[in-house]
Amino acid sequence: MKETIIIAGFGGQGVLTMGKILAYSGIMQDMEVTWMPSYGPEMRGGTANVTVILSDSAISSPIAHEFDCVVVLNQQSMDKFESQVKPGGVLIYDTNGITHHPTRTDISIYQIDATAECARLGQAKLFNTMILGAYLKVRPVVKMENVMAGLKKTLPERAWKMLPQNEEAIKHGGEIIRQIR
Amino acid sequence: MAEKEVKLMKGNEVIAHAAIRYGCDGYFGYPITPQSEVMETLMELKPWETTGMVVLQAESEVSSINMVYGGAATGKRVMTSSSSPGVSLMSEGLSYLAGAELPCVIVNCQRGGPGLGTIQPSQSDYFQACKGGAHGDFHLIVLAPNSVQEMHDFVADAFELSFKYRNPAMILADGCIGQMMEKVVLAPQRPRKTKEEIAAECKSWALIGKTDDRERNVITSLELKSEVMEVNNQRLQAKYRAMEENEVRYEAIQCDDADYVIVAFGSSSRICSATVEMARAEGIKLGLLRPITLFPFPKKPIEELAARGVKGFLAAELNAGQMVEDVRLAVNGKAPVEHYGRLGGMLFSPDEVLKALKEKLINR
Amino acid sequence: MAEVEIKQENLVFKKSKLILPNVMHYCPGCSHGTVHKLVAEVIEEMGLEHETIGVSPVGCSVFAYNYIDIDWAQAAHGRACAVATAIKRVNPEKMVFTYQGDGDMSAIGTGETIHAAARGENIVAIYINNAIYGMTGGQMAPTTLLGMKTATTPYGRDPKLNGYPYKIGQMLAHLDGVCYVTRQSVHTPANVRKAKKAIRHAFENAMAGKGFNLVEIVATCNSGWKLSPVASNEWLEQNMLPFYELGDLKDTTKE
Repeated sequence: MKETIIIAGFGGQGVLTMGKILAYSGIMQDMEVTWMPSYGPEMRGGTANVTVILSDSAISSPIAHEFDCVVVLNQQSMDKFESQVKPGGVLIYDTNGITHHPTRTDISIYQIDATAECARLGQAKLFNTMILGAYLKVRPVVKMENVMAGLKKTLPERAWKMLPQNEEAIKHGGEIIRQIR
Repeated sequence: MAEKEVKLMKGNEVIAHAAIRYGCDGYFGYPITPQSEVMETLMELKPWETTGMVVLQAESEVSSINMVYGGAATGKRVMTSSSSPGVSLMSEGLSYLAGAELPCVIVNCQRGGPGLGTIQPSQSDYFQACKGGAHGDFHLIVLAPNSVQEMHDFVADAFELSFKYRNPAMILADGCIGQMMEKVVLAPQRPRKTKEEIAAECKSWALIGKTDDRERNVITSLELKSEVMEVNNQRLQAKYRAMEENEVRYEAIQCDDADYVIVAFGSSSRICSATVEMARAEGIKLGLLRPITLFPFPKKPIEELAARGVKGFLAAELNAGQMVEDVRLAVNGKAPVEHYGRLGGMLFSPDEVLKALKEKLINR
Repeated sequence: MAEVEIKQENLVFKKSKLILPNVMHYCPGCSHGTVHKLVAEVIEEMGLEHETIGVSPVGCSVFAYNYIDIDWAQAAHGRACAVATAIKRVNPEKMVFTYQGDGDMSAIGTGETIHAAARGENIVAIYINNAIYGMTGGQMAPTTLLGMKTATTPYGRDPKLNGYPYKIGQMLAHLDGVCYVTRQSVHTPANVRKAKKAIRHAFENAMAGKGFNLVEIVATCNSGWKLSPVASNEWLEQNMLPFYELGDLKDTTKE
């Protein structure tokens, strides 16, 4: 098994952290992992993305030009990465601010209204774990217990009190994601 | 045995952990993207409270490398890290360190140039790192990690080699290896060298305070008498030859039956190992030779592959063609040697390299 | 001349045991020899010869390591305070000092000097200010006086062309990390005695961890100034001291 995924959106949406939780979850499941971020001024409000690879065997290149799954969280990322989903692969996107929806017909496409849902719940901080839950529903590459262990490894100890809410958000993300193609 | 400590960390963070765990005495640095996490991590870990390691943010790279010179002069294990423009500022200091024969470790997390360039990964400092990179005939020992684990392990290796030869050692990484997170097994904490151990190891040269039973020690690269300076130079050259004899490290992947061989180091070698997988799936007998030490360069294994009848070599590097010159020297006309690179912070993908291999060598 | 037997009771001067028997390369009349002697005496009198590490600069005093019998590092041009910073940081029990000229410290090494001072490194910087580059053949220094002729100001230093001289002592004195700044000279026996006291005070401050210490010595360069040693001392009094006034600029141990 080898899963190559890119998560792309705005800086501040928790893109890099979501990738890190996923990578740590992979480690908890004894997988090989790489986490390769875009870095630099993106940290300060521009676009940000992270490539995560999970694999049962050693990972050669941490850089990829096409992905098993692309998670898109803003329009710029949609414009850039829709074309980089492997044929037969998966595109997941948050609908917030998307004006040009994906057009490819050779991939599976899923939508989630996580921005709206987090606003409704008044829990903006749970956005990235909700997205993670949505992703894991479609691509169950790691078991939930390992995801929770990975989450605990990722969060600083002072944030562990947030673990139950995050677990809820992961589950909720899986419930509200819908396939459109 | 204690359970292995497996962590998910960035290459830059791992440099900091490894420095502490391998008993480094001092780190002197200046922030620059994409390697600032090294000093940030050290400052967060506060090793001065545990191992006694000194961590100091200097006012410039010029100052940091001269602090390294001062610390190294006393026989301590000291290091710095920077990225390309900062390493250029350090080049004077590197020449002095080599001239004064001081052991130390420098990490260059390369970014694209020239000038201020970009903050994205590049391998365009190969010449600077491997051919001296400042005035005078000298070499650094250069190690090129291609994983986060090697970022960790090479801190120990670089210190060991630098003390073995009393010569500065560089870990030549890039923004890709520095910013990437992977699994890493951290070494158990080793104690720093004691005063007595340093005295035993470095008494003949280090500034540990003059004692009555020996002449004063002087750390200097200056010698105004040319006939003596020539002898000093010959001593340095003999060291470099000994390194070439004894310290060459490389990794050969599927080279035994290879018709074609890619030569690539650092992050490029990771990308090219995927190229090898793709080529083999297509029935092309492709191998990868990865120099781990860039100086000393693995001339012999390349020479042997050429002598065995490899039909062509592709040096794939994130620059306009630097290491390819060393590959050509090793192949020495026995087979075609081509270069493929991306510039200015762009990375190549495995399929791009395969395409270049076909165009430049297989179908030419 | 008849041989004179040297008896202990007849001795009025004894060379410090830390002054090595090497022939000095300094010009006759140069202030460096006197300052070297003072530094050696202070180290010996404080019993620090096994604990002291000196840092020599680029300039005439690059070879200071040939004259004082302690461990030395020779630093790249201007970087002595950075080198000394690390020596002291990784060996806090040691006595660490730099010995620098005006070109080394206040031209090419201004940055390293100011930041070592601002950080309050517990070191001593001995600063020989003779208003000229001696080793390279008498070019203008940052401290060259207005109107003064040098190899690169052959018609005299003109502020419109060459800028103004500056006083690094005054610059450093207001930094919080700095403990002691003093300006001394060695052109008369009385001044030599005062200079030695100042060096000792600075060394004691550094060992007590009180911060950065600058001992400036307003010095002569009779070769560069193209004057005899005696005329140089007179020129120093008439021209250097009115601009580079002697005395303590800062001493937090007295506050």
